[in-house]
Amino acid sequence: MSEAITRSAPSQTPLLVLDQLKKYYPIRKGLLNRTAEYVKAVDGVSLNIVPGETLGLVGESGCGKSTIGRSIVGLERPTDGRILFEGADISKLSGSEMIKLHSEVQIVFQDPYSSLNPRKTIGSLLAEAVKVHRVVPSDKVVSEVDRLLDIVGLPKTSKSRYPHEFSGGQRQRIGIARALALKPKLIVCDEPVSALDVSIQAQVLNLLKQLQKEFNLTYLFIAHGLGAVRYISDRIAVMYLGKVVEIGPTKELFRNPKHPYTRALLDSYPIANPHLRDRERIVLEGDVPSPVNPPSGCRFHTRCPMAQAKCREEEPLLVGEGDHASACWFSH
Amino acid sequence: MESLLAVKDLRTSFDTDQGQVVSVDRVSFELKAGETLAIVGESGSGKSVTALSIMRLLGKGSRVSDGEIRLNGVNILELDEKKMRDIRGNRISMIFQEPMTSLNPVFTIGHQLMEAIRLHLNKDKKQARAHAVEMLKKVGLPRPEQIMDEYPFALSGGMRQRVMIAMALACKPTVLIADEPTTALDVTVQAQIMRIMKDLCAEAGTAIILITHDLGVVAEMADRVLVMYAGQIVEEADVFTLFDHPQHPYTQGLLRSVPHLEADDQDELAAIPGTVPARYHKMQACRFHNRCAFATEKCRTELPPLIRTQDGHTSRCWEIEAATIHYEEGKAR
Repeated sequence: MSEAITRSAPSQTPLLVLDQLKKYYPIRKGLLNRTAEYVKAVDGVSLNIVPGETLGLVGESGCGKSTIGRSIVGLERPTDGRILFEGADISKLSGSEMIKLHSEVQIVFQDPYSSLNPRKTIGSLLAEAVKVHRVVPSDKVVSEVDRLLDIVGLPKTSKSRYPHEFSGGQRQRIGIARALALKPKLIVCDEPVSALDVSIQAQVLNLLKQLQKEFNLTYLFIAHGLGAVRYISDRIAVMYLGKVVEIGPTKELFRNPKHPYTRALLDSYPIANPHLRDRERIVLEGDVPSPVNPPSGCRFHTRCPMAQAKCREEEPLLVGEGDHASACWFSH
Repeated sequence: MESLLAVKDLRTSFDTDQGQVVSVDRVSFELKAGETLAIVGESGSGKSVTALSIMRLLGKGSRVSDGEIRLNGVNILELDEKKMRDIRGNRISMIFQEPMTSLNPVFTIGHQLMEAIRLHLNKDKKQARAHAVEMLKKVGLPRPEQIMDEYPFALSGGMRQRVMIAMALACKPTVLIADEPTTALDVTVQAQIMRIMKDLCAEAGTAIILITHDLGVVAEMADRVLVMYAGQIVEEADVFTLFDHPQHPYTQGLLRSVPHLEADDQDELAAIPGTVPARYHKMQACRFHNRCAFATEKCRTELPPLIRTQDGHTSRCWEIEAATIHYEEGKAR
């Protein structure tokens, strides 16, 4: 079933389509190093992203959200399913085709320090991306680097400095500049502000939003912090143990969460208002089960306050009205 | 009421290649029995170093260079290491952000829990084991008897943090210092851990010093809040006053930059421009002035003192009035 595919794209042709994407990691055991089991990190996810929108992908650690992002940019090879970018399947590209794709699809990582080469100056880091993909003629590379720094709000003097000389927020700006260097259409933002201080988070989020308007960018915004996701996303998909459990327009999803997991997630999020501290809320019991042997039926049933016999046996599909859908037997 | 813990003019400095850096600069506060005091600030603000100074767990090259820390009237900075060991883990205990690094990977959970219990509570092995199991039950761990014999790697992050809480509260300390206790955890687990911490401390009458950068966590947990910036306290108030009527432009900026879940449309987040100055400890000025919209000539040349405006509400700002009027107007809009 791929209801989500037909539903989420209102009239517009999607830029990116995930069709029943699966990524299993083998666990090898024993003397013969045989594959004993699989970690089912992503287990059949279908999503659409239309040009110019931001799709937020939220969920707790191990739900598979980062694996999806990494699969889209070719850092992981899907076990099954298709990833369509502008209609063409990009999940099985060869090396050289992948390089071509990288000028269309870029990624910004959580920790900009581990993704920037510490031995290279910012100038050469940015110039490298511009040169490899021949974005501009070679005599224009320097001015292009200046332009990139200017776009992300860093002074031109940054060119001769090294990554360690910058603060976390500035480094994230460099990461964004590098992603923008290739003039991509889609940027996967993998927890881009999670490692930053609150006051700096806001700077980077504002920058991302402003760049989106300016260059008509499309974002897949992966995060576990709901506040940031709400601020930046047009639509949000909530993941639990390798599956999308709910998807909908941001406002609608926050106002009227349908899946009990989404509700619990919203309830658990600490609100910066002491007057609301005694509000009623669902606090989930226990931890997320292992993705090696996910629970039968609905994967959330082991922690769900509403679970019934049916939930343990049959897996609910993602269904709903309009563009708001959830995978729960009792949410409709 | 006599305060349980009184920190006065605490100064902690580090030796670096560029000379001495004062990372906690004349910090004073009091903690009453049973209350939860939150210390908020961003990375490098000195909040964790304040906690480590109280525990006397500062590493090499760093020291408390001035001030006093009184626990029930006794200055613990003057105690010898043996006496300090009686306090640490017994009357003041601490939990850290990453439980894996505070648990010893080669000993069982039971071994580590019982060590503290036997050391401080004078119990024999059997009694200590019973007490440890009881503590694991209290923090909501399933099958506590089995977990006693397991090693830290076998537990999830949330379970490990529960073990840390069990360990920290095993001796019914009067003060629990929790340094970003839930930052590494997922939100649904964070909610459980905060609830357990709050309930168990209330039961034992333990006061909490909660160190965090998350204003959401502060709003849910704290009775009183200290805001730190660049090594200094910039504002102190009870939690409701702080969130309703913040006075310091930094606190105001922090509150405005939080993306809200309940607000509907936020076109742009109010970010605080710029970053913390690098060599702030040498500044003879308000340390926030380069990021502050209200900064005047005076702010650039003179360090403002902590000014008490009303009972229990203090802030370190020359322009409280202008900043407050602006903030309240912005809120009304």
